[in-house]
Amino acid sequence: MQSNDYVQFFDGGIEPKLENLGGKGASLVTMTSAGMPVPPGFVVTTAQFDAFMDEAGITAKIHELLAGLDPEDTRQVDQVSAAIREDICSRPVPEALRSMTIAAYESLMGRFDAPVPVAVRSSATAEDLPDASFAGQQDTYLWLDGVKAVTDHIRQCWASLYTSRAIIYRLKNSIPNEGLSMAVVVQKMVNSKVSGVAITMDPTNGDRSKITIDSSYGVGEMVVSGQVTPDNIVLDKVTLAVVSEHLGDKHAELVPDAGAKGLVEREVDDERRGRRSLTDAELTAVAQMAKRAEKHYKCPQDIEWALDADLPDGENLLLLQSRPETVHSSKPAPVTAPQPVVTGGYFSGLSTPALKPTA
Amino acid sequence: MSMKSFPKPSELPVPAGAEGWEKLYPYYLVFQDKLKEQEDAKFWFCDSQHWPTVFKPFETIGGEFAVKCLGQYNARHLMIPNANGIEFRIHLGYLYMSPIPVPEDQIAARVPLFEQRVGHYFQNWEQLLKDWHVKVKGTIAEMETISFPKLPDMVPMEDITSGKGKDGSEKLLESYDRLIQLAYQNWQYHFEFLNLGYIAYLDFFNFCKQVFPNIPDQSIASMVQGVDMELFRPDDELKQLAKLAVELGLQPHFGNTDDVEATLGAIAAAPGGDRWLAQYEGAKDPWFNFTVGNGFYGHDKYWNVNQEIPLGYIADYIRRVDEGQEIMRPVEALIAERDRIIEEYRDLLEGDNQAVFDAKRGLAATAYPYVENHNFYIEHWTMGVFWRKIRELSRMMHAEGFWTQPDDLLYLGRNEVRDALFDLVTGWGVGAKPIGPDYWPEEIERRRGIVDALKTARPAPALNTPPASITEPFTRMLWGITTEQVQQWLGAGEEVEGGGLRGMAASPGVVEGLARVVTDADQLSEVQQGEILVATVTAPSWGPIFGKISATVTDIGGMMSHAAIVCREYGLPAVTGTGSGSTTIKTGQRLRVDGTKGTVQILDAEDDLVVAGPGAHSHSHV
Repeated sequence: MQSNDYVQFFDGGIEPKLENLGGKGASLVTMTSAGMPVPPGFVVTTAQFDAFMDEAGITAKIHELLAGLDPEDTRQVDQVSAAIREDICSRPVPEALRSMTIAAYESLMGRFDAPVPVAVRSSATAEDLPDASFAGQQDTYLWLDGVKAVTDHIRQCWASLYTSRAIIYRLKNSIPNEGLSMAVVVQKMVNSKVSGVAITMDPTNGDRSKITIDSSYGVGEMVVSGQVTPDNIVLDKVTLAVVSEHLGDKHAELVPDAGAKGLVEREVDDERRGRRSLTDAELTAVAQMAKRAEKHYKCPQDIEWALDADLPDGENLLLLQSRPETVHSSKPAPVTAPQPVVTGGYFSGLSTPALKPTA
Repeated sequence: MSMKSFPKPSELPVPAGAEGWEKLYPYYLVFQDKLKEQEDAKFWFCDSQHWPTVFKPFETIGGEFAVKCLGQYNARHLMIPNANGIEFRIHLGYLYMSPIPVPEDQIAARVPLFEQRVGHYFQNWEQLLKDWHVKVKGTIAEMETISFPKLPDMVPMEDITSGKGKDGSEKLLESYDRLIQLAYQNWQYHFEFLNLGYIAYLDFFNFCKQVFPNIPDQSIASMVQGVDMELFRPDDELKQLAKLAVELGLQPHFGNTDDVEATLGAIAAAPGGDRWLAQYEGAKDPWFNFTVGNGFYGHDKYWNVNQEIPLGYIADYIRRVDEGQEIMRPVEALIAERDRIIEEYRDLLEGDNQAVFDAKRGLAATAYPYVENHNFYIEHWTMGVFWRKIRELSRMMHAEGFWTQPDDLLYLGRNEVRDALFDLVTGWGVGAKPIGPDYWPEEIERRRGIVDALKTARPAPALNTPPASITEPFTRMLWGITTEQVQQWLGAGEEVEGGGLRGMAASPGVVEGLARVVTDADQLSEVQQGEILVATVTAPSWGPIFGKISATVTDIGGMMSHAAIVCREYGLPAVTGTGSGSTTIKTGQRLRVDGTKGTVQILDAEDDLVVAGPGAHSHSHV
């Protein structure tokens, strides 16, 4: 289905606007359009939140309830908060909006052979708040199945804008309630068959012309926490040629288990341990994605990636996280002066003009 | 670390029937009993890249002139601080080389001399290279004027009346001497720029290895490589001729190109044939002075003498054009890719390093095209004319009864030929029978037996104990003799996963397909579309084959070998210098060639060979 003002797919090709999508949603859309494939999904935009709040008559009521509220009177704040959140979670969402969200969810499910679990996360628009625990920033609901669970949790994200804590915070910091809004991200849960990290440099010496990849089976936690020895591959950043590779033992994997709504640990059999966890094509794809991330953020990146078992080969590589690499990037790039002639640098002693070709 | 060794020369068995082989070659080309200790202390590697088969006595000329002249530029012209020339010997018919280092305490003193001399070349590159073309073509033009006519029954009357006072035999002797001198001259010129090209390349290479530790050699090569090189020109001429033939509707006349005369005759009689023939003649001179070998053997076939070869290639190109294939090299894509690679590496550097990168790459890119282009002028054109003249002399002496086969002169050393010539002019001059016809046929037969016996054994890749590391730059770059390569020959190398061969990652990409083992240019016609070419070594005139195949594997050669250069140009994966690819792999076996890693896997055992044929399936995973 198409993106519109109320529902915007990550890969819908619409210009991301922070005020429509919130920080998280805008970032997911930006990354997708920059060729960094995040797990697919859509954003229920602030326009939908605003329309719901207006049409359900909640907006007007909120202003009444919040007028003259004393932030020190926690009992009163709790009562107001509960009333507002009760309204948000119970009043009907206008049918036009609701059907758009349902159609978006079904369209997302339609990309897979069978329905897959999703995560629902709030995506606040307030960017200038130093405290990340501010309302709605942290609301995340994982492993949700079916349209009812998804729509219920979208409401919960909306309602989180009016927790007692959020109300008090705004009152104390004189943040007005006008224009307050909330977007919600609905995103496929990653079903990692292989995952790992990629750093767009050689962390052993800071060489920026390399990409270093660690890769193992299942989700990436075991790689990140060092519970398994992953495969380690170093590639040339420019040509993507493999410079070196060491196969790790990869003795165990954590894999999603839908029944348990979480992860289970399994042994990896000898055949899979003995070979590289990435095919040549997958390795190239991970490296290209890391390169794109570096280009997009204009500094060396440390990314987490996964191959998703629910997606077809060639379209199953997902970017979970991209952060600036900090260990080496804070140091200057290694400058190696050309060696004196005796060790093989031929023209190090020559002044450059002496060697200007006539061409 | 314990260093395994290659056999000593004296430990290699002499093939049955080759006893006494040492006497086929001049004393100074074979290992000496008196010098055994010194010679056994040196590491020698076999150059089977240029000399893949046993030398007939006359053919040592190419090896001697080439390696001697390479050395003189290091040791006497340019005063390269850390490299003298390369010593060489012939052992059991094959050429072995040992690079000569510069003693540590002499290196520093050579630096200023080197800089002054090299500096002059780089500052005057364009002009000096122009002059080089004049000199080299002048040598060839003079060679073309030499001939070896039969001596007359008597001195012509005009020589009596003019008081010439000479019988013409002096001309024959001078012509022979001059031909040898001219070959020597162009071999000296051959290295005037070659070493500089390598030096500039290696300088950039070393810099890249410092700022980008472990950067693949391939990346460095692709940043300085020319794209439209004269190396490809003969092949490009054939492609143009094929396109013109299609345009003029001349396809039906290319049905039997083995009959050159009938083919050219039919084209001449066809509408538009004149136009095509005019372009064909234009291409022939000089671009058909092109050998299917490498210029070092008297039996090499040249396109302009054996026109069925280029005509056969043209017929094949015509077929491909008619099938709608794109036969031209993807030059624009290659240039774009090269520029991208340069730009991306450059962007990784900052400040001074970026300036150094630009300077060194600029120098390498200026000098390096010579490395790729010179080959046509010397190995092909000069040597093509040289061998044609030598055959002419051999046939004249064959007619005088000196030997039984027209080309038997090749079984004499070049100085023995001088003796035989003096024998001929003496007999002729005094009116007696020369001695040669009673001496040479039997002696040549004996030598032929020895050469054939030597050919039954492959050369050892190297002799004696290798140094802990190989640093001589030319050895590494031109011959691909690296520390790793030597270890692999010794069986100490890392195993290729799943069994297989390891070599130089010479041109990137991964391909699976069926092998076609080619040990002789005559087998090239068997190569089918999409097959993987497996060869001891490839030659420039095999160019037309590269549009057909999907990857290349060679026994011999480094990053700068012909196969490596051409495969990068065509965007085909290549693994060079595998040591034993052509003897291990059998035609029809399914291979996986990974030119990015430098590995070749044999995917099916020998006992379930499929019959190779057209349409061999291959696909790239890259």
